[in-house]
Amino acid sequence: MAFASIHVPNFPVQAVVRAEPSLCNKAVALVDGAPPIWNVIAANEVALLAGIELGMAKSQAVQFHAVEIRNRSRVQEKSAHAALLDLGASVSPRMEDTAPDTIILDISGLTFLFGSDENIYRQLMQRASSMGLLVHVAVSSNLEVALQAARGFSGITVIPPGEEAKCLGKLSVRALLPSAEILETLERWGVRDCAALAALPVLQLSERLGQEGVRLHELARGACLRSLVLAKPGVRFEEEMALDFAVAELEPLAFLLGRLLDQLCARLEARALAACAIRTHFDLEDSFEKDFQVLSENSPPKLAPKTYEKVLSLPVPTRNSKMLLKLLRLQLQADPPHAAIVKIILSAEPARPRAAQGGLFLPSCPDPEKLELTIGRLANLVGHANVGSPELIDTHRPGDFRMARFAPASDESTIPQKNATAFTHGSRETPLTAFRVFRPEIQVNVEPQQNDPTRIYFRGMRGNIIAASGPWRTSGDWWREDTWQQDEWDVEVRFDSVSGQSQKISSPRTQNGIYRIYYDSLRAAWFARGRYD
Amino acid sequence: MAVNLATLRSNVELALAGRVAAPFSYRDRHAVETVSTGIAEIDSLAVGLPRGALTEIFGPACSGRTTLLLSALAARTAHAEACALIDGCDAFDPHSAEAAGVELKQLLWVRCRNIEQTLRATDLLLQGGGFGFIALDLGDMRADVLRHVPLESWFRFRRAVEDTPTVLMVLEPESNAKTCASLVLRMEAEPARWSTTLEAHATDFFRYPPSWLLEGFGIRAELLRSRMQPIATNSFQKPFASAGRSELFETNVLRSYLSVVRMEPAPK
Repeated sequence: MAFASIHVPNFPVQAVVRAEPSLCNKAVALVDGAPPIWNVIAANEVALLAGIELGMAKSQAVQFHAVEIRNRSRVQEKSAHAALLDLGASVSPRMEDTAPDTIILDISGLTFLFGSDENIYRQLMQRASSMGLLVHVAVSSNLEVALQAARGFSGITVIPPGEEAKCLGKLSVRALLPSAEILETLERWGVRDCAALAALPVLQLSERLGQEGVRLHELARGACLRSLVLAKPGVRFEEEMALDFAVAELEPLAFLLGRLLDQLCARLEARALAACAIRTHFDLEDSFEKDFQVLSENSPPKLAPKTYEKVLSLPVPTRNSKMLLKLLRLQLQADPPHAAIVKIILSAEPARPRAAQGGLFLPSCPDPEKLELTIGRLANLVGHANVGSPELIDTHRPGDFRMARFAPASDESTIPQKNATAFTHGSRETPLTAFRVFRPEIQVNVEPQQNDPTRIYFRGMRGNIIAASGPWRTSGDWWREDTWQQDEWDVEVRFDSVSGQSQKISSPRTQNGIYRIYYDSLRAAWFARGRYD
Repeated sequence: MAVNLATLRSNVELALAGRVAAPFSYRDRHAVETVSTGIAEIDSLAVGLPRGALTEIFGPACSGRTTLLLSALAARTAHAEACALIDGCDAFDPHSAEAAGVELKQLLWVRCRNIEQTLRATDLLLQGGGFGFIALDLGDMRADVLRHVPLESWFRFRRAVEDTPTVLMVLEPESNAKTCASLVLRMEAEPARWSTTLEAHATDFFRYPPSWLLEGFGIRAELLRSRMQPIATNSFQKPFASAGRSELFETNVLRSYLSVVRMEPAPK
């Protein structure tokens, strides 16, 4: 049995750098504490070389101009820990969540999947790097030995069975995480590494340091045995970012969203999943003038919400961060938050990625991801309510329909057979006359004679009705406020003159044709519904 | 001289590298694939609608342009092709389309408010690609507005749809796309057909006044330009010149309440 321990050195700094990749090669120091006392609690090697010391006051640290000072972010540490768990779950289902910066994997039998042990270690390093983490990996048949080695040695360390004590001998006793009191005692004795600690007689050590001393002695010898405490990988994919300064414009916001989406997509990829929906949650800044929303002139002002939430539903699961960012931008452009943003939370609903086999003889159909982007752009241009697939409603109300999501079928067999058969053997004999609708309906003046309409005044034109069919009376929804009661007529109109109001129509003859008009009994007026074309 | 020509040719090719693949090679006109319009008379007149080309249908109001559009949409959606309708005037009637056989789930309907939105939406859909049929309905727009659409827009549409399996159809009151259109049809309505009950009750005209029912009307389609079907018969004519051939077809009106008789009083 072999265990691989994965340790993220300098975890608080790496968590911040993961969220801000531009800091990757720079000197970074983290400060934390209760204001106004801020102290440096972590720094990377470049910052330490530049002269930063742990515990240094923030006012001293800011004197180092080459060092980037950041606040410690527990939110980003939480996200980095979740990413570390996803990294482990991408390799082995048997995993222990040892510490926020350390996990242990059982890698027995994985050579069938990855080819060789070396390949497993390389994969771990590569996947960690793609998630923005620089890790140490140690492999041993002893779980605790792997854990201590990962904390003490950089890069990949493989400890063969039987050589645990020898390998750990070079390790500093600090890697065993003793209490401060015991560490001070050991330093006074001149015990600096594990080899020196392992050489001490265990009985005397027990008399002086107690059970803690015995445990440290076992760890130093590589003789501590325990079993793996299995952790279940989470199914929650969430990335957070608390902002030092509120963001009010789309461009810088899109930059931050892009980073979070990259992290989310890398985590989803590690788990072989994709996102079927992205939830956006913003905490908004308090602003005096925007705290009240006036919905209408008569309604009292309403307290504006302090948060902004949106859900971006995707037709097919995807983990393409660039495409997701474009869709989020379009969504934000169409419906922006009413105040500046101080905190961003992005979460993805995981789903199995789409597996589709293309066919040579399938009809042309847009790529679902590209189509979603195109529809998003169209919605941004004409409004969300004006793009989609029309869907008829089960009602007799004239012209009623609703817009549904456009999801075309790519398989001919899914199309109802009645349509397919109608066009299989050539063209139809007599096509149906199409109807064009006036939206909104146009009010017209009609002169009736003996109950039949004879003359019509329409868009500034006067026309004679040479034939009429009707009335076709319809009514319905009497129990609702928007009830209707109409008498419809199909009328053939010949326009003969144009009034001064209609200078834009060059020739009234071009408007001749068959119109559908109706008399609305409730409004006591005539309207034109549309015309046959 | 030959050396100079070769040098000149290579210089031009170098200057156009990256923009034009082969500036001196003759680009052969591929055989155009056509699809049925769903109306036999139009198919016999114009062979069908060309893929990868712009088709222009124009005519005055009530001239049958939308009937042709719905027939073509019904034919394409029946074959599970994704179709898009950019509705410049928000005049599309889903009920009429459903009755004409259009599978509405296969249709993306974009309801625009003005010509700018309409042209931009067309650009987006053509760039998105993958649609088998894209219709641009400008039928109810004012002719003077359409005359101001720059010619480069039509060229852009033609170029965007070229070498794709998309049929791009434009409905207008007047022809504006000029030479960018590979197929141009002018539509014109014939007198409507009305049926009457006059003969049945002629003996008692005042007791039973005649009822009229709209049955449909004829539509005459004239082929003005077709690049798929050379029509010229002698060598002096341009190979793709406009031809004055026309076809007439009839349409039927479907009323959902044809069984209703005229019994109710007319409105005052």
